[in-house]
Amino acid sequence: MTTVGSRPRPSRAAPAFVAGYVTLLVAFGIVPTAYAIYFAFTDNEGAFAGLANFAVAAADFRFLPAIGHVALYLVCWLAALVVLVVALALLLHRLGASGAGRTLRLLYYLPGALAGAAGVMVWLFVLDPVVSPVGFLLRALGYETFGQVIAPGNLPVLFAAIAFWTGAGGWIVVLYGALNTISTEVLEAARIDGAGAWQTAWRTQIPLLRKWIVYMVILAFAGGTQLFVEPQLLSQASVGVAGRDYSPNQLSYDFAFQNDNVNTAAAISVELLVVGLVVAAVFVVRSGFFDAD
Amino acid sequence: MRTERAVPGLLRAAVLGLFAVFFVLPVVWLVLAATKTDDQLVHDSPLSFGSWSALRANWDALTGYQSGAILRWLGNSAVYSFAALVITLAVAIPAGYALALTEFRGRRALLIATLVVMLMPNATLVVPLFLEVNAVHLIGSMWSIILPYACYPFGVYLAYIYFGAALPRDLLDAAKLDGCSEFAAFRHIALPLAAPVVALVGFFSFVANWTNYFLPYVLLPGSDQVPVQVGLGTLLDNVPQFNPTAGAAAVQRPEVALATLLAITPVLVVFLFSQRFLVAGLLSGATKD
Repeated sequence: MTTVGSRPRPSRAAPAFVAGYVTLLVAFGIVPTAYAIYFAFTDNEGAFAGLANFAVAAADFRFLPAIGHVALYLVCWLAALVVLVVALALLLHRLGASGAGRTLRLLYYLPGALAGAAGVMVWLFVLDPVVSPVGFLLRALGYETFGQVIAPGNLPVLFAAIAFWTGAGGWIVVLYGALNTISTEVLEAARIDGAGAWQTAWRTQIPLLRKWIVYMVILAFAGGTQLFVEPQLLSQASVGVAGRDYSPNQLSYDFAFQNDNVNTAAAISVELLVVGLVVAAVFVVRSGFFDAD
Repeated sequence: MRTERAVPGLLRAAVLGLFAVFFVLPVVWLVLAATKTDDQLVHDSPLSFGSWSALRANWDALTGYQSGAILRWLGNSAVYSFAALVITLAVAIPAGYALALTEFRGRRALLIATLVVMLMPNATLVVPLFLEVNAVHLIGSMWSIILPYACYPFGVYLAYIYFGAALPRDLLDAAKLDGCSEFAAFRHIALPLAAPVVALVGFFSFVANWTNYFLPYVLLPGSDQVPVQVGLGTLLDNVPQFNPTAGAAAVQRPEVALATLLAITPVLVVFLFSQRFLVAGLLSGATKD
């Protein structure tokens, strides 16, 4: 998709152009990966340990629940992302380039500035019926205290809501951009064939967005497996309602820094890494999104 | 006929409006919360303005916390994000250029490595990075934050796409015929045309680094050097309503709201100033041809 014109030509200067990047990529991408793999397969004296560290991690009573938590969270988050982001992008697209459309895109994107700890801080307040701007809603649902709202059963939905709040706007803008690239003739043809807005969206626009939706789901999935800051801050604020072992990443952190067991921590990291790499590889190979040459 | 049209229109407006409220309400609340006393926060209407004097008092209390810790944290965030930004741009733009326009040994491997690392969420490598940085005894060094931030494959990919699609090759060929060296062609022809992608990479890199929590949380344990994201977590530990064991250093909730507001302001400012351009940049990324 990129090399439309003539093919790239050999260059003696190229190594100098990429040297800095290659150095960083090796130092902060490839070496830590190799190092984690080394740790994951050795014991604390550096001897080969086979799968022992993975067995320790898997046998830990917190491991399966942590996987379960993240799986449940991913289901909520990905479902919300696909359904709502696609729907909102289509609705916005029908508004076109009007001022209202522009304003709404900006408003939807606004919480994107609150990624990381800042967004979680805001939601700690939003979820506390005492100070929340939607306290009336929370009370109507039967929640009187912060502790009740963040009951463990609610966490997947709450984390999904936070992730959607900070992340959806960016994807809406991206999908909106992709919708703009669909030629008006195609849409015109659909209209002449008698398709309503609903059918046009379902039969014409969504299929043409497929690549972008897949890309979004893959990145959101890979990012979602890494859940850390939300449960970590929530456990800090929850007076013991939420534990510090909600997600695999928290568990890995706990092994490394509380139990002084970097080998098991590395084993969990490697497992997360494998999930990330498999997803990335499947996408690179299958989607054609990155047709490099 | 008319009602048939009007109903979907209304429905559409209702859905779009509802989500606008969902996205904006917490931000509005945050701004207002910073102007209240803790008592007002609990008893007044959530969407009321407190007072300028309460805002002033919150500011004084917040900046008084550990003699200006919040300002130190903000300063740290700024140093890390800007240093990483400068390195990222200096490294990613030439790399994207070379990948798009030249052929060299290892080009394909580098492209694949870029795509793979770009699709891996950056939290994946935090614990491994800790192990690596620990092995070379750099835990607590600011470079242990800045350099991993500066490694930004997504930026290289954006530059690669941009140079591949938007740079007229004839221009480069002409320059070469005129005796331009590879560097001169990059410096005098490609770089001036690359302003949009430089800004786009810069924006994404700045936001990603400014909002990163996990890496500095792990690599800068309990020091004065933490960025504001980690600092917010420290504040949270001292809010009595969230942590009853918070001691003498207790922090009130409106001060935390104010701190959060300060933490997001740089990103908001950058975003609002570059909004129009960003949408255009994202769109140009979206159009493939």
